[in-house]
This record gives sequence, structure tokens and C-alpha cells, in this order.
Amino acid sequence: MDIEHLAMLAKLNLSDEEKALFAKQVGSVIDYIGKLNELDTSQVEPTAHVLPIKNVFREDNIQDSLPRDKAMHNAPRKDENYYRVPKVIE
Amino acid sequence: MQYEAVIGLEIHAQLLTETKIFCGCSTTFGAEPNTHSCPVCIGMPGVLPVMNRKAVEYVVRTGLATNCTISAYSRFARKNYFYPDLPKGYQISQYELPLCEQGFVVITVEGVRKKIGLTRIHLEEDAGKNIHDGAVSESLIDLNRAGVPLMEIVSEPDLRSPQEAVAFVRKLRTIVRYIEVCDGNMEQGSLRCDANISIRRPGEKELGTKTEIKNMNSFRFIEKALEYEIKRQTKVLGEGGRIVQETRLWDSARGVTESMRSKEEAHDYRYFPDPDLMPIEFEKSWVDDIRKNIDELPDARQERFITQYKLPEQDAVFLIAEKAVAEWLEQAVSLGGDPKTVSNWVQGELTRLLNEENLSVEQCLVKPKHLVEMLELIDKGTISGKIAKTVFEEMFRTGGEPRAIVEDKGLVQMSDEKGIETIVDDVLNRNADAVERYKSGEAKLVSFFVGQVMKETRGKANPKIVNELFRKKLN
Repeated sequence: MDIEHLAMLAKLNLSDEEKALFAKQVGSVIDYIGKLNELDTSQVEPTAHVLPIKNVFREDNIQDSLPRDKAMHNAPRKDENYYRVPKVIE
Repeated sequence: MQYEAVIGLEIHAQLLTETKIFCGCSTTFGAEPNTHSCPVCIGMPGVLPVMNRKAVEYVVRTGLATNCTISAYSRFARKNYFYPDLPKGYQISQYELPLCEQGFVVITVEGVRKKIGLTRIHLEEDAGKNIHDGAVSESLIDLNRAGVPLMEIVSEPDLRSPQEAVAFVRKLRTIVRYIEVCDGNMEQGSLRCDANISIRRPGEKELGTKTEIKNMNSFRFIEKALEYEIKRQTKVLGEGGRIVQETRLWDSARGVTESMRSKEEAHDYRYFPDPDLMPIEFEKSWVDDIRKNIDELPDARQERFITQYKLPEQDAVFLIAEKAVAEWLEQAVSLGGDPKTVSNWVQGELTRLLNEENLSVEQCLVKPKHLVEMLELIDKGTISGKIAKTVFEEMFRTGGEPRAIVEDKGLVQMSDEKGIETIVDDVLNRNADAVERYKSGEAKLVSFFVGQVMKETRGKANPKIVNELFRKKLN
């Protein structure tokens, strides 16, 4: 696992010290989970869900949305109508 | 060097549900920004998505209408990336086990029918909208669209030209509108299209390096963008260069595709099954119920128009493209209109006027019965075919009845032979030199003479009688 790739995906800026530290920590977590590879799972269906539940639906009925001021209450930057974020143009 | 284009399309279609995919917020387009959101669709911690049954049914309906296999078992996945219009930090989509797989649609280009394969159709949530207002130094985010159900239709790389690509999108648009799962509005973005395109030497089996083209929000732009991209790739290879696999944006103002220059290697979506959403298993009875709700599909209607109404294939292809237009014609025919005559009027005057006024046939004031009544007036000789165009346009503008219009405007055809003869004689006397030229072989001058009479009578003279009179008098 490339720690710089991981940091980029998580939009984190890491110092060189942090990179070294996290590379070691993430590495040991992955090694630990790697123990599972010792099991023979060739005969086991991959488990996507732990509960034997399927087909859970809601009907297509409109419910009240949040009032705008409530929905945007926690936004660090906003105006009357919109959330405001640093300019994103790809 | 000649190259062959290989094109595959990804089409995103917003589903016509009342509510969002995982919550009860309304999907109505054009609401005040950020008034259709709730803790689920703005990604508050601890909330749980619950699947909208109708959204699933609409995708299955589309799959059935496009000859797909409906998966017996289907599940949802998280596609992880950070973008401000995606509140959760991941999009709920499908990766393995999509709802529908391996279908096809049939397109007709220049009279040739071709089967275009569909790889898959899956269900996902739409993102919110970013607004980059030039005057503002920040981006503005509206989350009304976040969580609107979106169906992604992926084609096989079976398309070989921009024209085929356009025909394919048109066909899918027709289908989703027929089965009423998407309004197909490309301007408002409820139907969007991206293309994967590469070129190769004819006969070559292997695919060339492809680029992905985005931002083509009309049929015209799809055609232009793909034509441009084929030229661009041909030039690069012709100069000994290599195609770079990248995403390119169509710039309609400048008529070019441009590299987005984003770090392609940055995309690493780390899909995994979404633990919050339960898998879907399709009982046969459920799929059968969905199938029962599908009315006649465009291809079947096209065949029926050819066999039942004896219309040429070209007419049928045009008429079935919009369900409402096809139904308009069927009503007129059921009221006694001759299918081919009605078809000509629909393709001619009706379409011309609708396009001029930018109206849909549903908004049109001329009803099928008006056209049929007008056609009866032509058959009885009350009005000429030429005058009928004036009558039709008047019906279109005012919604009036044809008989009333003909009477009010004094458009009744002049069939009084004596009266017409006087005018014919007059025209011949006034144009003695033209008569001489006609007699020395300029046969086409007949239409000049007829035109003069029509001018004199403001189009009301019965053309059959006028023609006969000239023939009698000149020979």
C-alpha cells in the first residue's frame, strides 16, 4: 500500500514524518488482517451482508424535506441559497 | 489513412419517480435551491437509505424493453470519491450484479437496421449541482438533485459512426419516453450521454486506445463532438503520434474536445458492497407484473404502422419516434383519415409549425379530428390542396374548425368553369409572347400560366379545372 496514494484519496496533506509513521501503522493493520488469508475460503460465498434480509423497499411517497436553514445549519460557508465551497472546476 | 471508429456510449437517465432513491424528498426540477434535502440525502451521520421500489421497477421495465436479462440477484455498491456535490463522500451505485445485463436495441441508419448491444443497466443516485458563477470566487452547491434516481445504460462498443451513435441515443430516448420512466430532456440534463471512442484500421480486431468524451448535451453536439474526435485521433495517428487515454470535454462554443488534464491515476473508486442496502432478489411473478405494465414498444408500433397502415418504413420510423405524434396519427386514422395522407400532413405542415413555435404535439391546437374534417373538404372539392395549407396554419394558430375558417376567410374553392375560363382567357391575352414560346416547345410554361390564375384568384381556383382549360386552349 502506497501511503501517498492513500493520503491523496483521502485528501490529506501529510508531512514526511507522518508519512513514515502512518505507513508503518497502516502496514501493521494490513499485515494483521492478512492473517485471514491463512484460511481456505475457496468453498465459501463472499459475504456482502451479514443479515439474511433482502428486498427492503419504501413506497414512492413524498415526505417533507428539511427547511433550508435547518439543512444548511452546520455548513461552515454558505449564503442565503447555497453551500459555498472552494472553487472546484475539473 | 482510412480508420474505422469504435464507439460505446454511457447514458444516464433520471427516473420519473416522485421521490428520491433513498428518501422521501421530492425530485421536482427547478425548485428553490437546497429546499429538497433531508438528513439522508445530505449525508448526515447515522442515517440509513431505504430503496425506492418504483426506481427499481423503472430500471427493470427499461431492461425488459431493451431485451435485457433481469438479474435474479442484484446488489448495490459504494463508489468512493470526494467531491463537494457528493455529500456522503461516496455514491451508491452498482458494480457487480447490476439489475439488468446483456440486452440490445435496433437502430436504423440510412435504411440499414443494426443491432446495438447493451452491456448493462444499473441504478445509482445522482449528485448535486455545482454552480461556478464567474463573479463569485467560490463554487455554489445545490443538493436538490443529490439522491435523484439515475439509471445508467452502458452500450457495447458496437457503434461505428457518429450517425449511429445519435440514432442509438434517439432510440433509447424514444424507448424510455414510451415506457414513461424518463422524460428524456437533454437540455435540462435528465438524459445525459458520455462516449468512449477509439479508431483502428478496418479489419483490425484489436481496439485502439480510447478517450472518453463528456458534456454533449444535445443530439447535434453528440454528432459534432464525435466527428471532431475522430478527426483529431486520425491526425494524431497520421503524424505518428499515440492516443492518450483521457477524459475530454466537448466545448460547443469552440467546436472542439479538450483534455480535462485531471490526474487520471487519481481515480481509484474502491468499490465495495454497501452494507446499508439489502440485496434485491427478483421473483418471477414480480418481473411478470412489471412486464404487464409495458404497452406497445416503439419497434412493434413501427412494424404495425408498416403492415396495418401500409406506410413506407421511412414514414413509420419518423412517426413512432414520439409516442404522442404516433397517437395523434392513430386518432386521425381511426376518425377516417387516409393513413398516408395523414402521415404526409404530420411530417410536413404539422411538424414544420410545431418546430417553428417550439411546441410539442400535446400543446398543439389542431386536433386529429380537425385534420380529418379538413381532408374531407379537400376530397369534396370545397378547398384545394394548396388552400388547405392556409387553413391548416389558421387552425394551428387559432384552434378553429376547418369549415368555419374556410367560410370566414372566403377560402372556398372556385369551381365555376365559366368564371375560371374568363380569367384563363385574360391571362392568355396578356401574355401573348409566352403563348408563342409555349407553342414553339417550352412546355414548362404551363405552370407559369396556372400560377397567374392562382395569383388572380388568390389560390382559390380549382387547379384541376385550370389545368384542363389551359390544355384545351393551348393545344
